Amino acid sequence: MSGAGAFTLDGMAIAYRDGETIMEAATEAGVYIPHLCHQPGFKPHGSCKLCTVSINGRNGAACTVRAQDGMTVLNNTPELNDSRRALTEMLFVEGNHICPACEKSGECQLQAVGYFVGMMTPRFDHFFPARDLDASHPEVLLDRNRCILCELCVRASRDMDGKDVFAIGGRGIRARLIVNSPTGLLADTNLSAKDKAVAVCPVGAILVKRRAYETPIGRRLYDRQPISEVALEEAKTLKGKGHG
Amino acid sequence: MTHILESAKHPEKLRRVVIEPVTRVEGHGKVTLLLDADNRIHQARFHIVEFRGFEKFVQGRPYWEVPVMVQRLCGICPVSHHLAGGKAVDMLAGATKLTPTAEKMRRLLHFGQVLQSHALHFFHLCSPDLLFGFGAEVARRNIVAVAESFPDVAKKGVWLRKYGQEVIRVLAGKRIHGSLVVPGGVNKHLSPEERDYLLQDVSQAIDWSREAVDLVKRFYAERKDFHNGFGSFRSSYLSLVRGDGALDLYHGGLRARDAHGETVFDHVDYGAYWDYIHEVTKTWSYMKFPFIRTLGAEDGWYRVGPLARINNCDFIDTPLADAERKALLEFDHGGARQANLAYHWARMVEVLHCAEGIRDLLGDSDLIKNDLVVRGERQYRGVGVIEAPRGTLIHHYRINENDQVVRANLIVSTTHNNEAMNEAVRQVALQYLDGKEVTEPLLNHIEVAIRAYDPCLSCATHALGRMPLEVELLDAAGERVDCLARDGHGALRRIA
Repeated sequence: MSGAGAFTLDGMAIAYRDGETIMEAATEAGVYIPHLCHQPGFKPHGSCKLCTVSINGRNGAACTVRAQDGMTVLNNTPELNDSRRALTEMLFVEGNHICPACEKSGECQLQAVGYFVGMMTPRFDHFFPARDLDASHPEVLLDRNRCILCELCVRASRDMDGKDVFAIGGRGIRARLIVNSPTGLLADTNLSAKDKAVAVCPVGAILVKRRAYETPIGRRLYDRQPISEVALEEAKTLKGKGHG
Repeated sequence: MTHILESAKHPEKLRRVVIEPVTRVEGHGKVTLLLDADNRIHQARFHIVEFRGFEKFVQGRPYWEVPVMVQRLCGICPVSHHLAGGKAVDMLAGATKLTPTAEKMRRLLHFGQVLQSHALHFFHLCSPDLLFGFGAEVARRNIVAVAESFPDVAKKGVWLRKYGQEVIRVLAGKRIHGSLVVPGGVNKHLSPEERDYLLQDVSQAIDWSREAVDLVKRFYAERKDFHNGFGSFRSSYLSLVRGDGALDLYHGGLRARDAHGETVFDHVDYGAYWDYIHEVTKTWSYMKFPFIRTLGAEDGWYRVGPLARINNCDFIDTPLADAERKALLEFDHGGARQANLAYHWARMVEVLHCAEGIRDLLGDSDLIKNDLVVRGERQYRGVGVIEAPRGTLIHHYRINENDQVVRANLIVSTTHNNEAMNEAVRQVALQYLDGKEVTEPLLNHIEVAIRAYDPCLSCATHALGRMPLEVELLDAAGERVDCLARDGHGALRRIA
């Protein structure tokens, strides 16, 4: 990268390098912007809209908009935080997220973001959609009840694993995670439990079988630190390894 | 099963008195009494009116979720379901023998659970009846009034429960709905710091448990004839016992003794419990009625829980509790052995056993070792049985080749006691209400009899798809237009 500049984020000067998004520059400066479909090391996606910030008075996704000199970006405002809370609540009611029994609880980004944005209980009616659980694979469980359609698995399988196991089928409220096999079952794909597509799932939709609840309560990822700290540390670690 | 007072011949001609909800129990239930113009009782029933249905919605879920999911049945004894479900999934995971650390961690958790649950029941829910009298003013029949009038009793009761809860918190991460059990073991061992923390107060827990036994013993002896006879009846008892006959809350074989103390079966492998216990359903309750198969549906009902365990076991392996067990059994030449209210006494003997058991386990170095999980070849059927605070708790699951639960059957402690609680209601109704003007204090006598069993009604109602139902369609004038009935096997028929 060549060149650098600065913009303001909630009044604080943030330095950036050419080509960096607002999200990347903010993360590097130690400012957490809530997100779910974004992951360091992945190409920008901009679908979950949780990272929406105000850029010179207009809303945009911090994970897709490149930083520019002199930008005035607002992140931590009551209006934006309320929108993030509403978006998070919508994700909860659109799926079947039963945190009390979910093995991802304590290590789930959706749950952790819910805590971060101050979600107490969804203000919307639950959809209680009928969604499938695909347990056919010997090592991996696919529970569509918990899928938030972030497409991280789709991207990881395509761009990193080179397998194209997952895709999003259907549109709107009928959109769902589908599997690239003649039967539509995970067992008939070449997915491996070691694939990045499995590890990257931010919620409890794609899980390695028979590993549930191995981490005691109190030692789980978000028991120890809020997601705002975890995300910054993970980005730093990845950068140290030459990713992102 | 039919019993005197269970069903009146002409209910439409009788006056209906309802106790709803039954208070100071876990869950929602009601009692209905049908009386004639002379206040003679013709029908007395204890109904469970709530519905949980865990047997249904655990279906399709991967089996390793079971111990965490099913504990949401209850906020008072979630650990019991966590452990019983855990023992069932041990079988599914092919773990035939746990590591010493895993088994002892689970046993310690269970001691904490039984201690806190018993303390909650005795001090918070029942002590007002015992300390103020069954007919005391309603406003005084609660733990707040106990704290005002008997601050020392209330303080020690609250503290005992807190200690049990602390054991749970340290082991499972939370006082309620934590997690320790994973298929084939546990997810942590105890650290030396955690062990020392729990050891700090264990002597006090033992001392105050002894005082609790003395309290209930004194109370019981003061009016021994009344307490022995209060709604009492003879019944069979069922419980787990250890291989050597000792009281064992976590593991063992099933032992049943009939109303005369004769052994019906002994050291039965609970993995085939269905060869020994069957259930029937009734149209007026969501809760099933289990019975010992060889004795038949009519006479085979039985009781479980603290008094059943004290009667069934040959000894208790902690000395103070064993001495108190003997005292209970020998009291008044065995007069308390079948008494409803002796459940309270037996419960406090078990509190003492738990406190002693916690002390003994905390001195065991296996608890701080790191050998946590064993696995084996996957099985398709898993049965887990423990002695929960309220009695024998059975979890039974079948899974498919994809690790998903396809069938679940839960026979919960309170379900075993269903017929016994109904019998207690009928006996108290006959003893204290029959022919008299019904008053609130008299109705509380019925609740006292139910409370003796510490029922957890929410835990006990899951038979979705099998419960008998009758749906009536009434017109605006209240006349029946149509009626559809479903029997216990799911068959539908129209009733004219």
